[in-house]
Amino acid sequence: MAKSSETAKKEKSDNKAASATLKKVLRYIKKYRLHMTLSIIMAAVTVGLTLYVPILAGRAIDLIVSPGNVDFEGISVIMAQIAIVVGVTAAVQWVMNNINNIITYHVVRDMREAAFEKIQRLPLSFLDVNPTGETLGRVTADADQFAEGLLMGFTQLFTGVVTIIGTLGFMLSISPMITVAVVVLTPLSLFIAKFIARKTYSMFKLQSETRGEQTAFIDEMISGQKVVRAFGREKESLEKFDEINERLRAYSLRATFFSSITNPSTRFVNNCVYAAVALTGALLSVSSGGAFSVGSLSCFLSYANQYTKPFNEISGVVTELQNSLACAGRLFELIEAEPQTPDKEDAYELGTAKGQVSLRDVCFSYVPEKKLIEDFCLSVQPGQRVAIAGPTGCGKTTVINLLMRFYDVNKGKISVDGKDIRDITRKSLRKNYGMVLQETWLKSGTVRENIAMGNPGATDDEIIEAAKASHAHSFIKRLPKGYDTVIGEGEGSLSQGQRQLLCIARVMLCLPPMLILDEATSSIDTRTEIKIQEAFARLMEGRTSFIVAHRLSTIREADIILVMREGHIVEQGSHEELLRRGGFYAKLYNSQFAS
Amino acid sequence: MFKLLKYLKGFRKESVLGPFFKLLEALFELFTPLVIAAIIDNGIAGGDKGYIVKMCLVLVGLGFAGLAFSITAQFFAAKASVGFTAKLRHVLFEHIGRLGYSQLDEVGSSTLITRLTGDMNQVQTGLNLTLRLLLRSPFVVFGAMIMAFTIDPRTAMIFVYVTLILFAVVFAIMLVSIPLYKKAQQRLDDVTGAVRENLTGVRVIRAFGLENSETERFNEKNHELARTQKFVGGVSALMNPVTYVIINIAVIYLIKAGAVRVDSGVLKQGEVVALYNYMSQILVELIKLANLIISITKSIACGNRIQAVLEIVPNNMAPNMENKENAQSNNISEDSGYAVEFDNVSLLYNGGGEKALEGISFKVKRGETVGIIGGTGSGKSSLVNMIPRFYDASEGVVKVNGQDVKNANPGQLRENIGIVPQKAALFKGTIADNLRWGNENASEEEIMQAVKAAQAADVVKVKGGLGAEIEQGGRNLSGGQRQRLTIARALVRRPEVLILDDSASALDFATDAALRKSLRELDFAPTVFIVSQRTSSIAHADKIIVLDDGKAVGIGTHEELLKSCEVYKEIYNSQFKKEAV
Repeated sequence: MAKSSETAKKEKSDNKAASATLKKVLRYIKKYRLHMTLSIIMAAVTVGLTLYVPILAGRAIDLIVSPGNVDFEGISVIMAQIAIVVGVTAAVQWVMNNINNIITYHVVRDMREAAFEKIQRLPLSFLDVNPTGETLGRVTADADQFAEGLLMGFTQLFTGVVTIIGTLGFMLSISPMITVAVVVLTPLSLFIAKFIARKTYSMFKLQSETRGEQTAFIDEMISGQKVVRAFGREKESLEKFDEINERLRAYSLRATFFSSITNPSTRFVNNCVYAAVALTGALLSVSSGGAFSVGSLSCFLSYANQYTKPFNEISGVVTELQNSLACAGRLFELIEAEPQTPDKEDAYELGTAKGQVSLRDVCFSYVPEKKLIEDFCLSVQPGQRVAIAGPTGCGKTTVINLLMRFYDVNKGKISVDGKDIRDITRKSLRKNYGMVLQETWLKSGTVRENIAMGNPGATDDEIIEAAKASHAHSFIKRLPKGYDTVIGEGEGSLSQGQRQLLCIARVMLCLPPMLILDEATSSIDTRTEIKIQEAFARLMEGRTSFIVAHRLSTIREADIILVMREGHIVEQGSHEELLRRGGFYAKLYNSQFAS
Repeated sequence: MFKLLKYLKGFRKESVLGPFFKLLEALFELFTPLVIAAIIDNGIAGGDKGYIVKMCLVLVGLGFAGLAFSITAQFFAAKASVGFTAKLRHVLFEHIGRLGYSQLDEVGSSTLITRLTGDMNQVQTGLNLTLRLLLRSPFVVFGAMIMAFTIDPRTAMIFVYVTLILFAVVFAIMLVSIPLYKKAQQRLDDVTGAVRENLTGVRVIRAFGLENSETERFNEKNHELARTQKFVGGVSALMNPVTYVIINIAVIYLIKAGAVRVDSGVLKQGEVVALYNYMSQILVELIKLANLIISITKSIACGNRIQAVLEIVPNNMAPNMENKENAQSNNISEDSGYAVEFDNVSLLYNGGGEKALEGISFKVKRGETVGIIGGTGSGKSSLVNMIPRFYDASEGVVKVNGQDVKNANPGQLRENIGIVPQKAALFKGTIADNLRWGNENASEEEIMQAVKAAQAADVVKVKGGLGAEIEQGGRNLSGGQRQRLTIARALVRRPEVLILDDSASALDFATDAALRKSLRELDFAPTVFIVSQRTSSIAHADKIIVLDDGKAVGIGTHEELLKSCEVYKEIYNSQFKKEAV
């Protein structure tokens, strides 16, 4: 009992969320209200005409009574009418379908567009916290599912309702008595459908939970397959799999079977309605002495079919719509996510900076409970090198996040050339930095497009010059189509090192006054690595640079070393100073040589 | 797909009874128009109220019988399709467990996961639908046609024509729209690609201030998608209006022809109504059939993908029993003192054009430590993976304890080898569960010993002891914590050979050094292989193998190599530059 009240509560809040989402969807649909009006009118016309055909056919049948008692002329007239009505119905229906397509796909397109624009303005904290796959799913799969549901809603829910109303009207106009028989019986079908749906809900839930459990298990075992093999755990893993598999089979059988009872059951109720119509109609016809004609009966019978069909469809459509509203809800969560604080109204363009960077009393943490950087001060003169050192995963990217203003400081201020970076437009601040990360990201497009990313107007000569300066030219030349070779997203035939050289060339072309570089740890072969180092060195000439460093030589040569550990900046100073201090850095450094 | 059907064997009864009961149900449905005709022609025409009531009860009876039959059919269909899929999942999972390492690499784990999950569900749905409906719709169509013929063969000819035309139209529309749907799917993939690219590259895009131009690029793709979708939608929206028109033309013909036949006394009024009703039934069923075929096509595609994985023949890993016994006895009698020997070993991956390893020879004594260094793709991992026989040598011989590994049962061979793979994979369960993978009977004390040696004691402490839960894939641990636990897992086994495949990369220098020290002090003194990119991690090994492009360009100690091996010197200098001089 408690459980059912709980589910009722949940249902209620679900409904509330659904209606809120619906309102938002309607806002997007509003733009297409002309289409909507047309669609509604056409639906009414289609249904009206569709319902008129059985009446015409019934009338024709009434003209065919018995041998010698057939009104051929009358039939011809009616047939011509049917032909016209059918032709018009078909045409209107097709146009209506197209209008529905337009509304649906445009609405989804608009929503996707809004979502994408939002992605460009979201704070990085959102994108860092929410897995890429999830955000991606909202814009693609969820939007798609929503489109499908919306279209189904338009085409089926709408015409379904109109059909029910229309049929009732037509039936009333012919025979109120039979109509009553029909109306009394139909709720039964709805009731049964609902009853079964409620019963199967828990089974579906069990099924999808077990499915989720199995997917998680499969995911783990397949990705870790080599470890499974190495430790000879194939048998145990198969046993566990079989155990879940068997449970899934049992739940799935129940869910599949019970849900598939719905159709036969409602069909049975429909058959009863059909029989009731036949009974009352035939009896009426007999007792009225033919006033209620056979044609009317035939017409009624086809109505009985048409009338019950939308009821069955609607219950399906309603689930589909609920599902699609849930998808739309997820999409809206993204569209309505809080964007990053916009640039100040009076924010100005930085122009080309000299490269003096200072951090004063900076406090920063990603989550309030876990303080990372506290009261941190740093002053970097133009042309100086800052190495950020520490074990892998110690949070070196935090510094990049703050310098580039991917994240804002919680307290204190960061300034470039003495100007608080919050007073400058983000775009002009970032244009002053050249960034080469270890996670090389290239966009899908040609090599040329990728190098010219920061400067789309660059000439071919400039691009080749930049590629040469960053040691990328020689391998680009050897690519099948040279500078016009298309790079696939995430993969392609380029090695990690080559990708990084391209990223360097990309920065080399803009030559901004400040640099943020991320040294490679591994995964690059020695020769390419040496090239990268040379290219880095050339880039850094005369520029303020921040280097996430892994190589001792780089660290030693830096003017300032920031030593990081578990997200905190624990020490800062030059190599000699830090060694003298004998702290964490000294320990790290010495461990390299300890035998 | 069709080869998969052999797994349906255990459900032969269900897969026959399902469609059979469905046909019975359809049969009852086909009788309905006849009963209505009888009501009109006998009941109404004769004014026989009792007859009408009787016939209406027959209608309800028919409906009830239909209900009973179809529920029976649904049960058998569900049982067969769910059972079939469960069996297929088991077979596929087991099959994947038999595939060789190189085969797993080739197929890729994300593909395998999709085959086991999404594809399986689609196959289940498809089979269920097939068993329930695939026979039913054609049966109703032809049944209606035959019924029409029993009423009046001459008029019924129109049924044949209409059915043929409808089939043609429905399939023509499907034929045109299915490739169009594929095209729309590609456009959707383009949109997905654009979004993913922007999510993964968000920092670079913002660094270059490309937000607006990227939005424009996306909008172009998005609009293209909507255009394609509208076009496909327009084509498939033809289905309903066109079939509607065809059916009604047939109705017009039926009534006209019927009028003539009734006039000449061949047909009765009720029979015309019956013909009219059969015509409607045909339309409904044909549309159902078209939808059914679309979803079955999808399922068949999924089935084929599953089939493709099942068709990969696992590399034969079974040792020749005779050889093995010989080898084992040989092993005992002529103990060479070498733990691992490579004799002119080359490795060629399936389908890989160039050799991953070429002409590698070296011998390692028990208890020695071997460092392996080289650039990406130089073959470091391949080399160590040949010791537990994850890959078989294409040329040459790999020996463990003097025995050719090809003569060893992989399971037994691996029992004496502890491997710490590059990717630190842990599994859902407690820390202790995970560590016992190394040795199921390990006591808590033994486990803690391994944990300490792996420098993982603080990890266990932070997480709250050996009973602490690890989430799927070890998500709740950092990279360094995972690496240390995977090292501990290998140590719990107390293996004769320990392989660390670049598995200290996430450890800081201090921890790395401490780890190397404790490995040297292990009481069971294993032979250790350390693969690394850092010279500091391997400099103290008894033997260092320098790999470059699949070839061993230097084997020796740190000092020897610094003198003799160019590649080693290059690597060392790039990491220690000035200090080396």
